[in-house]
Amino acid sequence: MSKATEKIEYVSYLDHQSKYKGIFAWIFATDHKRIGLLYMYAIAAFFVIGAFLGLAMRIELIAPGETIMKPQTYNGIFTVHGIIMIFMVVIPGLSAVFGNFFLPILIGAKDVAFPKLNRFSWWIFMVGSAMAVASQLLKSGPPDTGWTFYAPYSTTTGTNVIMATTAAFVLGFSSILTGLNFIVTIHQMRAPGMKFFNMPLFPWAIYATAWIQLLATPIIGITLVMLIAERLFGIGFFDPALGGDPLLYQHLFWIYSHPAVYVMILPAMGVISEIIPTFCQRKIYGYKAIALSSLAIAGVGFLVWGHHMYTSGMSENARWFFSLLTFIVAVPSAIKVFNWLATMYKGSIDMQPPFLYALEFIFLFIIGGTTGLILGSVATDVQVHDTSFVVAHFHYIIFGGMGFAFFAAIHYWLPKMYGRMYNLKRAKILSVVIFVGFNLLYFPQFIIGIQGMPRRYYDYLPQFQWAQVISTIGGFILVAGLLAMISNLIMGVRKGEIAPANPWQGSTLEWQIPSPPSLENFDEEIEIKENPYDYK
Amino acid sequence: MANNTSHTTEYKVLGRILVLLMFMTFLTISVTSFNLGAFSVTVALLIACFKAFMVLSYFMHLKYESLLLRILVGMVFVLFAVIVLITFIDYAYR
Ligand code: HEM
Ligand SMILES: [Cu+2]
Repeated sequence: MSKATEKIEYVSYLDHQSKYKGIFAWIFATDHKRIGLLYMYAIAAFFVIGAFLGLAMRIELIAPGETIMKPQTYNGIFTVHGIIMIFMVVIPGLSAVFGNFFLPILIGAKDVAFPKLNRFSWWIFMVGSAMAVASQLLKSGPPDTGWTFYAPYSTTTGTNVIMATTAAFVLGFSSILTGLNFIVTIHQMRAPGMKFFNMPLFPWAIYATAWIQLLATPIIGITLVMLIAERLFGIGFFDPALGGDPLLYQHLFWIYSHPAVYVMILPAMGVISEIIPTFCQRKIYGYKAIALSSLAIAGVGFLVWGHHMYTSGMSENARWFFSLLTFIVAVPSAIKVFNWLATMYKGSIDMQPPFLYALEFIFLFIIGGTTGLILGSVATDVQVHDTSFVVAHFHYIIFGGMGFAFFAAIHYWLPKMYGRMYNLKRAKILSVVIFVGFNLLYFPQFIIGIQGMPRRYYDYLPQFQWAQVISTIGGFILVAGLLAMISNLIMGVRKGEIAPANPWQGSTLEWQIPSPPSLENFDEEIEIKENPYDYK
Repeated sequence: MANNTSHTTEYKVLGRILVLLMFMTFLTISVTSFNLGAFSVTVALLIACFKAFMVLSYFMHLKYESLLLRILVGMVFVLFAVIVLITFIDYAYR
């Protein structure tokens, strides 16, 4: 299956000639590594667009009243920003980019189980993204519902809701097919001798994530179809006048969308679990606990969706029950954090950019996670629901978590993916700039959120201005840092020093093969270790 | 799946299942002529579940697959049931 017996001449996957030429060698590629890069380029572009939309909102919020845009424009922008960032950046993000590129390598496989399906997934991802962009440009104007498309408003607003929801529907299929592909890959394609408990932790995280993608995404699909049907035919799923229930929409939406936040964060935790042992040169502490806690998070994560609905009129019993479950799901997340910290203890720490990002991840994730408990408890959530406290919380989790893990991953694996190294010193400085900008941007939103600054408002009372100004300054620092980081990486890819096969002394399989890898990854015999992280 | 490619279900078996499924469809329609009150939905759902079970087991080969695969599919249905149940904690007490 995965071992080539005779020695093959080494040609990197980037130099490999397929029957297609030029750009078609990419669009029609079935190589998991090329597909991973295709996702990365698309997602990076969407991320930059989304970041500029965020910055536009920040500029609007620098002073009370109208600054640079009308209220309806603001409504459109926060919706577009949310749709792009959630459906086109963070949900596919780590699993489609690094899952594609590294999952097969980490388990000793030549490719994913269904390479053509993989290529097809990227195509529909691009079609869905094009539709999402179209929904912004078409005549009736960008949707103004927020990325959550809550009924009943979404059934009546005149904006392009149908186009946007169809886009989300199509994007969902890409996610489902990727998940299916990865589950089969992990079950069927592991190298001989690689048992489940010999796998590194990133594949474990991808495995748990793939199950969520496979099982939860159809629910958002059908929900959005119901919404479209409601708009077109007035069926009455969600309209009380016709015997429907608006809360049904919220249930269905969050039955998907809460597990979806684990689609974002589980692979992020997987990345961190790879990086920490490498840069501490230490065996990961509690391998099994980390592996199984991914599955536990995925499982329990399915059952907590109601914490988004405490104030929406759900029954009293449902509220305390969801609150209880929410507190339970925090436990496996905390297990991981403690295990990472225990791994660092007495390790020989090498403070390289990936490790720096990983530390920043842990810091931000702890803030995001503990404020999540404030939102998870009914009594306190009633106070801060729909305020900027929530905006700060989910940016800490999603951006500080998934986003920083993505930055950590690209700094960790870039030498393997391209065979070149970026400027390390600049990368470290920029990582600190981004970290500072991030906290300046979002931390003040916690404070004014508690004081009552509502979410999704383009205007506010003068008493909140001090924080809004700090936030906007932070926003500029952050975006500048991000652009500089991206250009540092691009410069590394084009002109950086040639990277050795194993620049960080990592122990997992990707570091045993040349950089960049060859088309089929493993041209020589590989050694499968009992524990993937055997440093000491 | 690698370990089962050798197994092909006999057409005779598949034919019998098909007849059974058609009979169940007929049953679904005919029970609607009785007034079962609150149970009418329950009965329709039970019949539908049985049909789905047969399709999964025979047409989708689950009966001949590895235990692990059957457990995985089974857990999906358990999860689905739990989600429906939890949703009804809201509806039942609202
Ligand atoms: C580059 C920096 C970013 C800036 C400056 C930024 C800024 C903002 C602002 C000002 C809002 C609107 C708050 C409101 O009026 O309620 C917002 C909302 C939001 N942001 Fe960001 N953000 C950034 C990155 C991200 C990232 C990486 C994600 C990834 C998931 C994200 C996801 C969201 C979501 C889901 C919303 C809610 C939209 C809604 O209410 O429908 N943002 N952001
Ligand atoms: Cu949630």
